[in-house]
Amino acid sequence: MDDRAAIELDGVHKEFVVHGETVQAVRPLDLAIGKGEFFSLLGPSGCGKTTTMRMIAGFEEPTGGTVYLDGRDVTNVSPNKRDVNMVFQSYALFPHLSTYQNVAFGLERKKVAKAEIRRRVGEMLEIVSLTGMEKRSPREMSGGQQQRVALARALVNGPRALLLDEPLGALDLKLRQQMQTELKRIQREVGITFVYVTHDQGEALTMSDRIAVMQAGRIEQLGSPREIYEKPATRFVAGFIGTSNLLDGPAGSVDDGIAVLTYGPGERVLVPVPDGVRPGDPLEVSVRPEKIDLGRDEPATAGGSVLTGVVTDVVYHGTSTNYTVKTAAGADLVVFDQNAYSAEDLAEPGDRVFLTWSAQHSYPIGVR
Amino acid sequence: MLRRRLAPYLLVLPGGLWLLLFFVVPMVTMLSLSLQQGDVVTGYVFTGHWQTYVDAVVNYRTQLVRSLIYGGITTVVLIVLAFPVAYWIAFYGGRRKATYLFLLLLPFFVSFVLRTISWRQILTDEGILLGPLKDAGLLHQEFHVLGTPVAVIGGLVYNFLPFMVLPVYVALERIDPRVVEAARDLYADPATTFRKVIFPLALPGVFAGVLMTFVPASSDYVNSAVLGSSSTTMIGQVIQSQYLTSSNYPTASALSFTLMAVLLIGVFAYARALGTEDVMKVAAR
Repeated sequence: MDDRAAIELDGVHKEFVVHGETVQAVRPLDLAIGKGEFFSLLGPSGCGKTTTMRMIAGFEEPTGGTVYLDGRDVTNVSPNKRDVNMVFQSYALFPHLSTYQNVAFGLERKKVAKAEIRRRVGEMLEIVSLTGMEKRSPREMSGGQQQRVALARALVNGPRALLLDEPLGALDLKLRQQMQTELKRIQREVGITFVYVTHDQGEALTMSDRIAVMQAGRIEQLGSPREIYEKPATRFVAGFIGTSNLLDGPAGSVDDGIAVLTYGPGERVLVPVPDGVRPGDPLEVSVRPEKIDLGRDEPATAGGSVLTGVVTDVVYHGTSTNYTVKTAAGADLVVFDQNAYSAEDLAEPGDRVFLTWSAQHSYPIGVR
Repeated sequence: MLRRRLAPYLLVLPGGLWLLLFFVVPMVTMLSLSLQQGDVVTGYVFTGHWQTYVDAVVNYRTQLVRSLIYGGITTVVLIVLAFPVAYWIAFYGGRRKATYLFLLLLPFFVSFVLRTISWRQILTDEGILLGPLKDAGLLHQEFHVLGTPVAVIGGLVYNFLPFMVLPVYVALERIDPRVVEAARDLYADPATTFRKVIFPLALPGVFAGVLMTFVPASSDYVNSAVLGSSSTTMIGQVIQSQYLTSSNYPTASALSFTLMAVLLIGVFAYARALGTEDVMKVAAR
């Protein structure tokens, strides 16, 4: 990442007035997106991610704060004078123009020479594998092809950043997965900053360099996909990204950076905590379902976390089998067991089981 | 099986009969009438006298050409006036779009002739509009509006406004606002966005609006009769007086047919020039 960010938001916020009531769509936001970065804004609908992107594009004027593109203040610059381009959710191709004319639109506005336009459009159509489709009109193309035209139309201008608003939302699953790989390849090929808005956590995790998880107009957590998945900062992030088991209770003892939460006899949850956590402090612990081992026999070694419970549900998913276990303390825990070795289910509903996982797979939420 | 094959024909039957009775029969009657000779007292006889057409066109070419010019000017003025109205309702009407469209149509619940007559009251030399301006010395005492082409074309524009606004509105309403944003995103300023994206996408509506206004405006006879003078006589008035005053049915019929032919040729040439195929392609989106 260069020292100067491609996009920088400084205290940017947006209020809407709906029926005389002020709604905080985006709360004051500080954000720096690096050059060449694949950055995702992830969150449920209404979290402010699209509004944030539209403020970067120039379609919404921030109520306050400053937007910088490559260090230049563009807060009050209209969209046609901003060096960013957007891929719209519904593609928004020009229905009266051919593929070629759609892709050439931006370059023509910039008064690029005809021959140069022809060369660059041809190159870009090759990158998105649409060579030979120049004369087609958008209506004569499939959703996936229209998606590529929208991408080419934006990328051909060589913008400082490409903004993508749920670009794969309208495609079916197979095509979506294919386009995810393709988008990532294209991004590497052109080396342009991508800002990607999505509500699909899987999409964000597989493609992004960094993710900002948003909720109710603010960023809940900002980090790499691994950080966000392994170390959710808030309860919301833990629940929104994948499946998470949440356990809470006061820290019993704290020893050598490991806090122990005790439940019933023989039950304990170990969690690494930073300095400053004292016995008696309330803790909230997140454990991912695939980290937990499930067994019918009492574990021999007692090095990690142990909980007991009764299986209430078993669902076969092909690559894994998912168990729901009600613990003695009354919490419902989900356990994913990879179907790598076991041809048979580990347990059936009603079975008493032991859940074990090592200390480093527990993560304390909201403790710094 | 047989019933299924007959169904489309049965469905088309009422409409077909209606057209046969009220469109084809009068047309054939009128065509025959235009080729007859005689007078009301002695009766008309079919003689295949095509000379009537030549005479009618030669005698009334001034009114014929004037009608097409008035119709053309009316249509152009309508496009210029209706586009912003339709644009505003389509893009800024919000939840009140239906209300604005209703307001636009409201005056048209009053009879066509009555509305035109009330315009005469408004535009009369000492009326509510010109009177105060003349008294204030802002206008010359001799200044008229009534009886001039301006009054006639103004009346035509007023009376046909909704027929241009509605189709243009429908075309604009169907434009995805994201497409307009995409143009802005791709470095088009507002004027270029309008020229390159909004207007081309609204063309099917303009096309329909032109058809719905140019044809009836060119053959209108009420506006010129009520708001005009002898120097603004349109072909519709000539046809009317030939029928009802002079009882010269052959000439009236010949003029009607000539007008129809001219308008049809005009419309087809227009469709050709604009490239109906492209227009229809966009319309079929």
